[in-house]
Amino acid sequence: MQHVSPVREPLVTGGKTYHDVTQDVCRQVEAAPNIRWMAALSVALLLLGVFFYSVYRTLWYGIGEWGLNKTIGWAWDITNFVWWVGIGHAGTLISAVLLLFRQKWRTSINRAAEAMTIFAVICAAMFPVLHMGRPWLAYWVFPLQNTFGSLWVNFNSPLLWDVFAISTYFTVSLVFWYTGLVPDFATIRDRAKGPIAKVAYSLLSMGWKGSAKHWSRYETVSLILAGVSTPLVLSVHTIVSMDFATSVVPGWHTTIFPPYFVAGAIFSGFAMVLTLMLITRVVFKLEDYITIEHIALMNKIMMVTGSIVGVAYITEFFIAWYSQVEYESYAFINRATGPYWWAYAAMMTCNVITPQLVWFRKVRYSIPLTFILSIIVNIGMWFERFVIIVTSLHRDYLPSSWAMFSPTIIDIGIYVGTIGLFFTLFLLFAKFFPVINMAEVKSVLKYTVDNGPTYTGHDPHHAPQPVTTHGVPASAPVNYDKHD
Amino acid sequence: MTKRFALGIFEDEDVLLHAVENVREAGVKIYEVFSPFPIHGIDDALGIERSRLPIAAFFFGLTGLAFALWLQIYTLGFDWPMIIGGKPHIALPAFIPVAFELTVLFCCHGMVITFYTISNLYPRWKTPVLDVRSTDDKFVMAIEVNENTDMNKLTQILRENGASEVNQKEMSKF
Repeated sequence: MQHVSPVREPLVTGGKTYHDVTQDVCRQVEAAPNIRWMAALSVALLLLGVFFYSVYRTLWYGIGEWGLNKTIGWAWDITNFVWWVGIGHAGTLISAVLLLFRQKWRTSINRAAEAMTIFAVICAAMFPVLHMGRPWLAYWVFPLQNTFGSLWVNFNSPLLWDVFAISTYFTVSLVFWYTGLVPDFATIRDRAKGPIAKVAYSLLSMGWKGSAKHWSRYETVSLILAGVSTPLVLSVHTIVSMDFATSVVPGWHTTIFPPYFVAGAIFSGFAMVLTLMLITRVVFKLEDYITIEHIALMNKIMMVTGSIVGVAYITEFFIAWYSQVEYESYAFINRATGPYWWAYAAMMTCNVITPQLVWFRKVRYSIPLTFILSIIVNIGMWFERFVIIVTSLHRDYLPSSWAMFSPTIIDIGIYVGTIGLFFTLFLLFAKFFPVINMAEVKSVLKYTVDNGPTYTGHDPHHAPQPVTTHGVPASAPVNYDKHD
Repeated sequence: MTKRFALGIFEDEDVLLHAVENVREAGVKIYEVFSPFPIHGIDDALGIERSRLPIAAFFFGLTGLAFALWLQIYTLGFDWPMIIGGKPHIALPAFIPVAFELTVLFCCHGMVITFYTISNLYPRWKTPVLDVRSTDDKFVMAIEVNENTDMNKLTQILRENGASEVNQKEMSKF
């Protein structure tokens, strides 16, 4: 009943059966937490403590706790905001864009990548809300009459567009992710032994039974959500880039910002997916599902988007000279040779040179090298946002107001703290939720198993004999490669 | 009310797909098919109509778009007009991002809420299923039976079409 492609690499290795998939994915949900997970969670919770302390200081003493000054009104906070939002983009790209392109390999990584999206957006949202200074008035960003008088919010402002973009993106990603989780919660529910697990997963699974009619609607919903999420994910970082591009600050007022930011977002997002997946597959023994082929494919996407980012850097520089605008030229020369040259150098090395190493097959297929590269890209993309934000602001039109930015311990604490928040959420997800979409992996299993054309494994004496009815052998092999 | 079901358990979705066609041809009414993942082609085999959710999604999106345009034009154009950056009160190009986002927001949430509502999916304390293996690795064909059903014949039809087991189960409130 299986067809083994002579050309394509299998999506799932190790000759798994449907039951094996259930076992392998449910194992860590059902088992008692292991020591490595506990240790990782302790570190994450410690960093979360740092986050809460820094937030307490920010709220109690005010924004003065941060290193901002009159010239540099935006620094680490917005850098971190854009960095986290960018990381989030890979999840939606994998679940939506790759679904529309019918890239079947996405099935074993989309669940964790979508979770990463949601947690990254939560971390991102912390920064603009804290930067408001009075977060308890955060609801003022919604279209309510100001202080319930008669003045409305300003729909011409990109910062307001951001509110709509981020909140739409977060809630849509959340329902997309949750709807995908429902059938897998049902699987865990039907296996659950303990009374608490039974009730908890019954509540989570919304009474899913896997009937054909529900599956039909489920597939329709997934497809429409994917179709709508694709322009959504592109719009989100476009609007984030407009926070800068619609201003008149040299270095920000650039028309290539939207595509350049979107490419950068996918680039950094895939780097983060790789970092997380390389750890997850080892810790939860999922090497047969997240295979070396997956890693190589993600590396290729990282290389393509990294190269787009590289071209954008060069274009910006060229246009700064070609435009003949003195201030624009100065902004870019100052980036490369001014007091923040080291940030610019870090950005260029990490984002332009490193992804080019992926052209080599050896690098693409090497797990340690991929891991190191993904970390370097994450660092590089943080520097990119720092360079764009701080070096454009620190020397403006008036040399008398030129300044430098140095982060305070609270700035660092909030940034490191959000990493703790992110990993706390991710570790809880990885323990209690199925990290791999079992239903989707099962649906692509048949033409991907690599152990030869044998019947899916159950006891041979239980196997139903292939029966011929109406001249169609029930077990006729289906050649899925015909459609290629 | 208690219902009785004959359950044909299948090991493979392609076997099940042919079985669905043959069982229906033999004049047996299938109550429902349960599977651990979507089976392509089963909608046609079971005669399930194409879902109209995309149409609902379109109209939800349209509602969102209309609401966004009304909100922005009414608040900035009529309720409290202000000159912002020397632009006209109703600066349509600046309204595009919010209009797009609200279209997507209404479309997705409207469709997903509709999906859960019409499928009768909501959180419950206990979820009775006909066969717990149907969310793991078995494909279950459920046929509603009563005292007049010839079970031997039904079992034979299911067996002939590749069912590895044929069970019976009673369910109240299903």
